[in-house]
Amino acid sequence: MFSLRQVRPLVTRATRCAHTRVQHSDIDHFRQFLQPSSILSTLTDAAPADLEPFNNDWMGKYHGQATTVLKPRTTEEVAKIVSWCSQRRIPIVPQGGNTGLVGGSVPLRDELILSLANMNKVRSFDPVSGILVADAGCILQTLTDYVGPHNHIMPLDLGAKGSCHIGGNVATNAGGLRLLRYGSLHGSVLGLEVVLPDGQVLDQLTTLRKDNTGPRHFLPVHDTSPLERTLVFFKSLTIKPYSGYDLKQLFIGAEGTLGIITAVSILTPPSPQASNNVILALPHFDNVLPLYKTVKRDLSEILSAFEFIDRTAYNLAVKHGQGRALSDEEVEGAQCFVLVETSGGRRDHDEEKLNDLLEHLLSAEQPLITNGVLSQSPAQFSSLWALREGVTEAVSKEGKAYKYDISVPLSSFKIVVDKTREHLASKGLLHDKAVKHVLGYGHVGDGNLHLNIIADAYTQEIQDALEPFVYEIVASYRGSISAEHGIGAMKTHALPYSKNDVAIGLMKQIKQLLDPHGIMNPGKVLE
Amino acid sequence: MRPSPSRLLNILVPVKRAVDYAVKIRVNPQQTGIDTNVKHSMNPFDEIAVEEAVRLRERTDVSSIKLVTIGPPKSSETLRTGLAMGADAGIHVELPESAPAPEPLGVAKALRAVIERQKEPVDVVILGKQAIDDDAGQTGQMLAGLLGWSQATFASKVEIDSAGKEATVLREIDGGSEELKCKLPVIITTDLRLNEPRYASLPNIMKAKKKPIEKLTPSDLGVDLTPILQTLKVTEPPKRVGGGKVENVDELIAKLKEAGITAA
Repeated sequence: MFSLRQVRPLVTRATRCAHTRVQHSDIDHFRQFLQPSSILSTLTDAAPADLEPFNNDWMGKYHGQATTVLKPRTTEEVAKIVSWCSQRRIPIVPQGGNTGLVGGSVPLRDELILSLANMNKVRSFDPVSGILVADAGCILQTLTDYVGPHNHIMPLDLGAKGSCHIGGNVATNAGGLRLLRYGSLHGSVLGLEVVLPDGQVLDQLTTLRKDNTGPRHFLPVHDTSPLERTLVFFKSLTIKPYSGYDLKQLFIGAEGTLGIITAVSILTPPSPQASNNVILALPHFDNVLPLYKTVKRDLSEILSAFEFIDRTAYNLAVKHGQGRALSDEEVEGAQCFVLVETSGGRRDHDEEKLNDLLEHLLSAEQPLITNGVLSQSPAQFSSLWALREGVTEAVSKEGKAYKYDISVPLSSFKIVVDKTREHLASKGLLHDKAVKHVLGYGHVGDGNLHLNIIADAYTQEIQDALEPFVYEIVASYRGSISAEHGIGAMKTHALPYSKNDVAIGLMKQIKQLLDPHGIMNPGKVLE
Repeated sequence: MRPSPSRLLNILVPVKRAVDYAVKIRVNPQQTGIDTNVKHSMNPFDEIAVEEAVRLRERTDVSSIKLVTIGPPKSSETLRTGLAMGADAGIHVELPESAPAPEPLGVAKALRAVIERQKEPVDVVILGKQAIDDDAGQTGQMLAGLLGWSQATFASKVEIDSAGKEATVLREIDGGSEELKCKLPVIITTDLRLNEPRYASLPNIMKAKKKPIEKLTPSDLGVDLTPILQTLKVTEPPKRVGGGKVENVDELIAKLKEAGITAA
C-alpha cells in the first residue's frame, strides 16, 4: 500500500547518536521485570497481525514496522524500560489510545512502542476540590464516568473520548469541544508524573492549585545528570506559588518527544446542572461572526460551545447517519450551520435566556438564521451533538481524508476552504476519482478550523497539490498549522510556517537537553 | 348521531409529561416515590402519537389536531412541544404541583369528559400505549370501554379512510402482527415502530407559543382524580453483584452446587 510518509533520516540534528533495533536479548531483559502479558513481540511468539493496531493509525494513513510493544503496568516499569532503552539507544514511541490524526503515536520505522494502555487506574479524586489524579492510560470517557457521580466533569471532551487516553490528551494538548468554556489543558492540568528520557521519574503530581514550587519528589535512577542538578536547583528555589520554571508545561503538547507522561493531576469543573443545545441554519457564511457576537452577548456565562459546520460537512454527517435534525426542505438554501450549547446551574434561567435569544434571532428584520432546531429532551440533545461530532466518522466513511487542523481568524474560515477547493479544481483534481469533497468545520469560539479533503485514495499528486499550499494560506493569515491535533509526523516539515527560527531553535535546545540521544518519539514535532 | 361523510376528521391526542427516559431514576429517601426534580419531557409513546396525527393530516382530510394533558403547571411545556410538532391547540387539565399522579381510570374518565364537551365531535383518539413512568398501559383501553368505541392497541401502522369512516390498523402482537379494520370513532394506542417523531424546528417552536391552550380543572370536568390505589413502598432493584471466573468445569459445577443449583 502506498504510504504518505516521506522517509526522512532517523538521525537528525537533535539525534546525533545512531539508534539500535530491539533485539531478542532486550526482550529477555524486559522479561525480568514485566509480566509476560505486557510484552508483545514478533521477535518471540507474536504474529505481525497482533501488532497491526499499534503500528497503524486508525485512518490507515501511517504505517510503522515496530517488532515490539511493551505494556507496562506501573511507573516503575516504564522507568526501567526507558532506562534500558536509553543505555541501548533504542528509540521509543509512547502510545496512548492511538486516536491521533497526525501520525504522532505510530512508529516511523521499527521503534519500540510503549503503550500506556495497562496504566488505567484512577489514583485519587477529591470531590471537594475536584482534583483528579489518574494514570496516563485512563480512557477519557472512563474518567468522565468516574467523576460524574461526584457532580464533576472532565474539562475536555472530544470525538475520540471512548478510546483516547488522558495521557495522550495532555501530551498532544488536545483541545476539543469544551475549550471555549474551560480553557486549555495548560490551565487545567495541575501536575504530571513524567518518565524522562534517561529513565528518571519527574514527579510533579501536585494536587494543590497554587503550589507549583517545582519537583516535589525526585527518584534518581542513575547518577546525577546535568538535568537532575537543574531540577534539584529548581526545587530548592521557591515556596511561593507560581514561581520557578513551570516544567510540566513543557510536556503538555510535546507529543512524547521529551518524556513519557505516566500520570496526570487535573482539575475537573463541577458539572453543569442543565444543558441545552440548538442547531442553527445560516443562509451565508458571512452571518457566522455577527451571530457569534449576538450569541456571546445574549447567553454570556452559560455559552459552552459554538461549533461551525459547513454545508458539505452537514450533508455528509446526515448521509452517513450521524444524527438528524431538520428535514431537507427546512434546511434548503442554508450555506452553513452552527451548534450552540449552553450549560449552567439553573434550568429555568438558562432556558429563558436561550428562548429570548432565539426569539430575538427569528424576529429580527434581517434574520441571521433561516431555521434551526432546539433540543427538547436529553435524547435530542445527544442527537444534535452527534451531528457535529459525527462529521469525523462520516468523513472517514466517505473516503480517504487529508485532515488539516488549523487556526485562522474566524472571518477567513470560508475563504480557506474555498481557496483550497479552487486550487484543487485548477489542478484538475476535483472529481470522483480524485478529491471528492473539500469541507470545513470546527470550533468558532477558538478560531480553530478543521479543513478536510476527502479523496478516493491517498496519492502523491493530491498531497503535492495540498502541501505546502495549505500551509502557505494559513501563514498568509498569520494562523497556526496545528491548532489542537498536534504536529506528529505529518507536520514537522511545516512547523516553520507558524513558528519562527528563534522559537524552533529554542525547542531544539530543550529537546537536546532532555533527550540528548534522541530516543523519544524520533521524527515527531521536530525534524 | 354521526355527522355526514364529507366532514373532516378531528383528532385528539392525550399526552403526558414524564421523567425523561435518559434520566437515571432514583428512589427518594422516604421510599414513597422517585426523585422528580429531574429533566422531564413528553412520554415517548405520546410523541409518536403526536407525530402520527401530524402525518395523518399530510395524507387524509384532517380538520384539527388537539392535544390534551393532565398534570401540574409545567405540563403546559409538554403541550408546547406537541404544538411545535404541528398540533393546532391544547387543553391543560391543571392539577396542583403537590397533587398525587392520577391513575389510568381517573385519566380515562377525565378524557371522556373532555371528548364529550368538544363542539366538533372527536373521530380519532391517538395516545401512547403506556407512559414510561408508571408503565400502567391501561388508559387507552379504559377510555374505549367507557365510550363504547372501537379500539386498536399497539399500532405499528395506521390508515384512515375519512370518507368510509374506517380505520385500518396493523397491531404488534406476540410472534407477528395483526391487521384490524374498525369503525370510527376509534381509540388507537401507539407502539414504537409506528413512526420516528420529528424535531420541532425553531420557527414552529415560536409559532407554537401563539397557539391556544385551554385551561381546565378536574371539577370543570366533573371528575375526581384522587388515586384509589395506595403505594406502600418504592425500592430500587437489588444491586447486581459482580461475577467471578472459574478455571475449569469442575470448579463451575462445584460453584453451582454451592449456590443450590442442581440438575433437575
